[in-house]
Amino acid sequence: MSGAFRTARGGLVDRDRPLRFRFDGVEYEGLQGDTLASALLANGVHHVASSIRLGRPRGVFAAGVEEPNALVQIEEPFPEPMLPATTVELYDGLVARGLRGRGRLADRPDPARYDATHAHCDVLVVGAGPAGLAAAAVAASSGARVIVVDDQPRPGGSLLGAAEHLDWVASVAGGLRAAPEVRLLTRTTAFGYYDDNHVVAVERRTNHLGAQAPAHRSRERVWRIRARHVVLATGAHERSLAFADNDRPGVMLAGAAQTYLRRYGVRPGRRAVVLTTNDSAYAVARDLHAAGVEIAAVADLRDSPGAGRAPHGAELLPGWAVAGVTGADRISAVTLRRLAGGAFTGPELRLDADLLLVSGGWNPVGALYGQAGGRLAYDDGLGAFRPDGGCRQALEVAGSVAGTYTLKGCLAEGAAAGARAAEATGFRPGEPDLPETADPEVTPGVAVWTLPGDPATSLVDLQRDVTVADIARATGTGMRSAEHVKRYTTAGTAHDQGRTSGTLTSGIVAEMLGVNVGDLGTTTFRPPYAPVSFAALAGRDRGMRFDPVRVTALHAWHVAAGALFENVGQWKRPWYYPRDGEDMAAAVLRECRAAREGVAMMDASTLGKIDVRGADAAVFLDRLYTNMISTLKPGAIRYGVMCRPDGMVLDDGTVIRLAEDRFLVTTTTGNAAVILDWMEEWLQTEWPQLRVYCTSVTEQWATVALVGPESREVLASLAPGLDVSRDGFGFMTWRDTTVAGLDARVCRISFSGELAYEINVSWWDALALWEALAERGITPYGTQTMHVLRAEKGYPIIGQDTDGTVTPHDLGLGWAVSRTKADFIGKRSFTRTDTARTDRKQLVGLLPDGGELLPEGAHLVAAAEPPLTALGHVTSSYHSAALGRTFALALIEGGRDLVGRTVWATLDDGLAPVTITGAVLYDPEGARRDG
Amino acid sequence: MMLIPCPWCGPRDESEFHYGGQAGVAYPDDPGALTDAEWARYLFFRDNPKGPFRERWSHTAGCRRWFSLVRDTVTNEIVA
Repeated sequence: MSGAFRTARGGLVDRDRPLRFRFDGVEYEGLQGDTLASALLANGVHHVASSIRLGRPRGVFAAGVEEPNALVQIEEPFPEPMLPATTVELYDGLVARGLRGRGRLADRPDPARYDATHAHCDVLVVGAGPAGLAAAAVAASSGARVIVVDDQPRPGGSLLGAAEHLDWVASVAGGLRAAPEVRLLTRTTAFGYYDDNHVVAVERRTNHLGAQAPAHRSRERVWRIRARHVVLATGAHERSLAFADNDRPGVMLAGAAQTYLRRYGVRPGRRAVVLTTNDSAYAVARDLHAAGVEIAAVADLRDSPGAGRAPHGAELLPGWAVAGVTGADRISAVTLRRLAGGAFTGPELRLDADLLLVSGGWNPVGALYGQAGGRLAYDDGLGAFRPDGGCRQALEVAGSVAGTYTLKGCLAEGAAAGARAAEATGFRPGEPDLPETADPEVTPGVAVWTLPGDPATSLVDLQRDVTVADIARATGTGMRSAEHVKRYTTAGTAHDQGRTSGTLTSGIVAEMLGVNVGDLGTTTFRPPYAPVSFAALAGRDRGMRFDPVRVTALHAWHVAAGALFENVGQWKRPWYYPRDGEDMAAAVLRECRAAREGVAMMDASTLGKIDVRGADAAVFLDRLYTNMISTLKPGAIRYGVMCRPDGMVLDDGTVIRLAEDRFLVTTTTGNAAVILDWMEEWLQTEWPQLRVYCTSVTEQWATVALVGPESREVLASLAPGLDVSRDGFGFMTWRDTTVAGLDARVCRISFSGELAYEINVSWWDALALWEALAERGITPYGTQTMHVLRAEKGYPIIGQDTDGTVTPHDLGLGWAVSRTKADFIGKRSFTRTDTARTDRKQLVGLLPDGGELLPEGAHLVAAAEPPLTALGHVTSSYHSAALGRTFALALIEGGRDLVGRTVWATLDDGLAPVTITGAVLYDPEGARRDG
Repeated sequence: MMLIPCPWCGPRDESEFHYGGQAGVAYPDDPGALTDAEWARYLFFRDNPKGPFRERWSHTAGCRRWFSLVRDTVTNEIVA
C-alpha cells in the first residue's frame, strides 16, 4: 500500500512499481512516478520542514519548482542539500530528511560525472506544456532545427496536473522525438537567458535513478544553447495571499492540490476549505469533491463569483475570507468571516478542515523574459505582471506566461508563436493539429494581497520568513522601491527566488505606499532561475582538466630526478631538486653553491620566445623597447625593457639579432602570450604600415642555462667546433654551433652574474642535450636557486619585484632607457610630474640585522615607535649561500638615498631592524661574468 | 554571452574575444609636444557612455585580428 491517501485509481503513477524510501527516519512506500512530496502526502505527511528564521512548521505548499516550504536534505544515495521535495523524483532507497534552513554538503568526493554540450538551433522552445508543445509541433513541421526543454520527467506541463489531453501530448511528443532535426529534452531546466539568445539549461540525467544510476552516464549535463529564435512557454505559478498563519502545514495552493490528485493519485486531505480570488480554484474543488475529499466551503473574495460553481454540498461564500487557522503542525479548522471595506464583519464561521486551498491568482513565469532584457508590466485585468512584449531579443512568449489562462488560448498562442519563430528563421510552418477544447466563460479575478489579521504571522515570503510586519518595517523606514525592500527584508532572495511571493511583495509594498503596483514594478530577474550545482557548472573542467598544464621537453627527467615543481602560469617548472634527507633550504643552498663555485644547469625552456622579422623589425623594436635595438649587430644580444605608455615596466628580456631583418626576443615565462598580444596590438592598430611579423617560438626552442665558473670547460668539451675563449665568444653574443652533436644556438647571457651560457636546441633534442650534460655530473637547479642567484645580483623579476607602478628608473634600470631615441612607448611619461619625482619607491637591497628571513610582502616602516610611517615593502627574500646570510629586495620610497640607514620590517610578532643596501649584493664589480 | 561579429571569422561567442576599450584613441603623433595634461588625457581618460559606444575587440581565440564595433552599453546590442 503506497499510502492511506492514495486514490484507488488514476494518476500518472505506476501502481505496479512500489518504491521504498525513508524520511526523517521513518520507512514509507511510494510509487514510480511520485515525487518525494506526493509520496509523503500519500502517506499523510504534511509537516515536512521548519522555517529558517522563525522555526515554524512547514508543509508541502506547491507541486513544482515554485515550492518555497518543503525543503529536504537528501542523505542517500549521495548527500545533496536543500532540494524542494516537490522536485525530487522518488526512487527506491531514497533517504531524506526535512530541513530547517540550510542543508549540508557531502563530506566525500562526488563520484558522479558531469558534462556539458554546446547546441545550436533555429527555434528553442522553453516549456513543453500546451503552448510549448503546440509551438514546437508547428516549428518542427517547418523543418527548422528545434530544441524543446522542459523541467518535468515527461512533456505536458499543466496537462499533466489536469491529466487531460494526454493522448494529444503523447502524439506531439512522439512526433517531436521522431523528427530528425528536433531534440526534446525532459528533466531540463532553462536557468539562464543571456545576450543574443544564448540560453543555458541543466539536464538532470540520472538523479531520478538513485543508486541504480549507471556510472558511465553523466549525472547532470549543462546545455549551452544558441538559438536563432526562442519561444518562451514557461507557464504561470499560482500565488497565495498574506493572512494570519497562512504558512501552516495543510495550507496549500489550490492548483497544487489538483496536481496531487490528478497526476499522482493522492488526496491531499480529507476535508478542505477553499479560499480564492478567481475562477481557477472551482475546478479544483469539484475535482477533489469527486475524488472523495469533502469541500466544506468555498470563500471567494469577489462579491459576485459569476461563473464560479462550488461542488455539491459545499457552501459558496462570496465576499468571505479566512480570519484564522487552527493547528500548528497541521491545520484542524479554518475560521471564515465576511470582508467588507477591508475589515472583517459579522459572525465567524468555524469549519473543521485539514486542508486550506488558496488561490490568490496566477503569476506568469517571466524570469527568463526578464533575464533576456525584457520588462514585465502590470496587467490590471490579470492582477499580475506579464511580459510587455518589448524585449529586443528574437523571442516569442506564448500561453500563460503571456497571461493567457485558458487551454484553448494557450494552444492557439503556442501554435502562432511556433509559426512566427519558424518564419523568422526562414522556414514555412505547416498547419497545427490541436485538440478540441472548451472555451469556458471566465469571470475576472480580483487582486487581493493581504487580509486583516496579525501582520507578524502573515507570511509573504515563506522560505525567507518575511512577514507583512517586516515589509511594513521596511516601508516605515522610508524605503520606496521594490529593490530596496527586497534587500532590507530579504523577500525574494531565497533559493525559490520569490516565485510564489515576488508579485505579492510588490503588491503589499504598493498598498502600503499608496502607489500603483504597476508603477512600483518587480525586482530584477537574474540567472539562475533555479539552483544549479557547482558540479554541473564545472562539468569536466575539474582536477587535471581545470586548466591546461604545460610541461617542457625535460619534464619526465625532472620528475624522475625527484624535483618539486612550481606553477608559473600554466607551466610546471622544477622548483628545486632535493637529495636524500634535504629540506628546501639545504637543497637550494647546495644548488646555489654549485652555480657559484662549479657548474650547474637549469631548464629555461619556458622563457617566452618570439621571432620578430620583416624589413621594419628594427624600427618596431626601437618603438617597443626603452633602449636602442636598431644599433644591435647581427650576432649580438642586448637586454631590453618594455614599458606601457604610462611609463611603467611591462616586461624585460633579451633581444638577439639574427639578421638585419630578424630578431629573437625573450619574455618572462608568465608574460609570453601577453607580449605577443602587445606586439600584435601595436602592429595592427597603430603601425599597420610596418612590415613586421611576430611568431611565437617558445615551444620550438628548448633552452638550457649552463652556469658557473666551470661552464666554459664543459661547453668546450661538448662543442669542440666552438671558440669558447673569453675574446672569441664575448659576453652578450651568440653562435650557431653543434653541442653534444646537436644543432644548437649558444648565447652568452647570464642571469646569475656568473660565467654562463644559454644553449638552445630543438624541443626534440632537449633531452639528448640535458642527458649529455647530466652525464658530466652537472648539478641541476630549479627556479628557487635561479631566484636567489638573480636577487644576489639585484636583477628584478617583472611581476614579483614590480607591480605595474614601477618605472625602469625605480628599478635602477635608467641605463636601459634611451636618451637619443625620438620616441618609444613610455618615453613621454618619464617627464610627467609624478613619474619624475625623486621620492618614488626604488628597488634596494635589505640585510636583516637579526638574520631573519623576511616574509615577502612585509611592510617597511621608518621607526620602531609610532607613528609607523610606511616606506615600502619587501618584494623578494632569500637565504644566500654566497653571502652566508639572509637578504631581501624591497621597494622603498627614495630608497637609493637611504643606503646604510636602518628601517623596520613589520613581522607577525613585532618589528625587525633591517639595513638598506644597494640592490647588487654579490660581485658588484661584475668580475665573475667572464669567468 | 554576446555573439560578436568578427569581420574575418563571422559571429562567434564573446568568450573568444579580448576587450580593448574605447576605439579611436590614437597614439599621439608627437607625445613630446604634449603638455602633461594632454598626455594624461591620452593615458587615462576614456568615455563611458550609456548607449552606443565605439570600442575595440580582438578575436584572440580565433584569427587574432583587432577590429572596432559600436555596442549599445545598455542592451549589449551591436549596432554597427
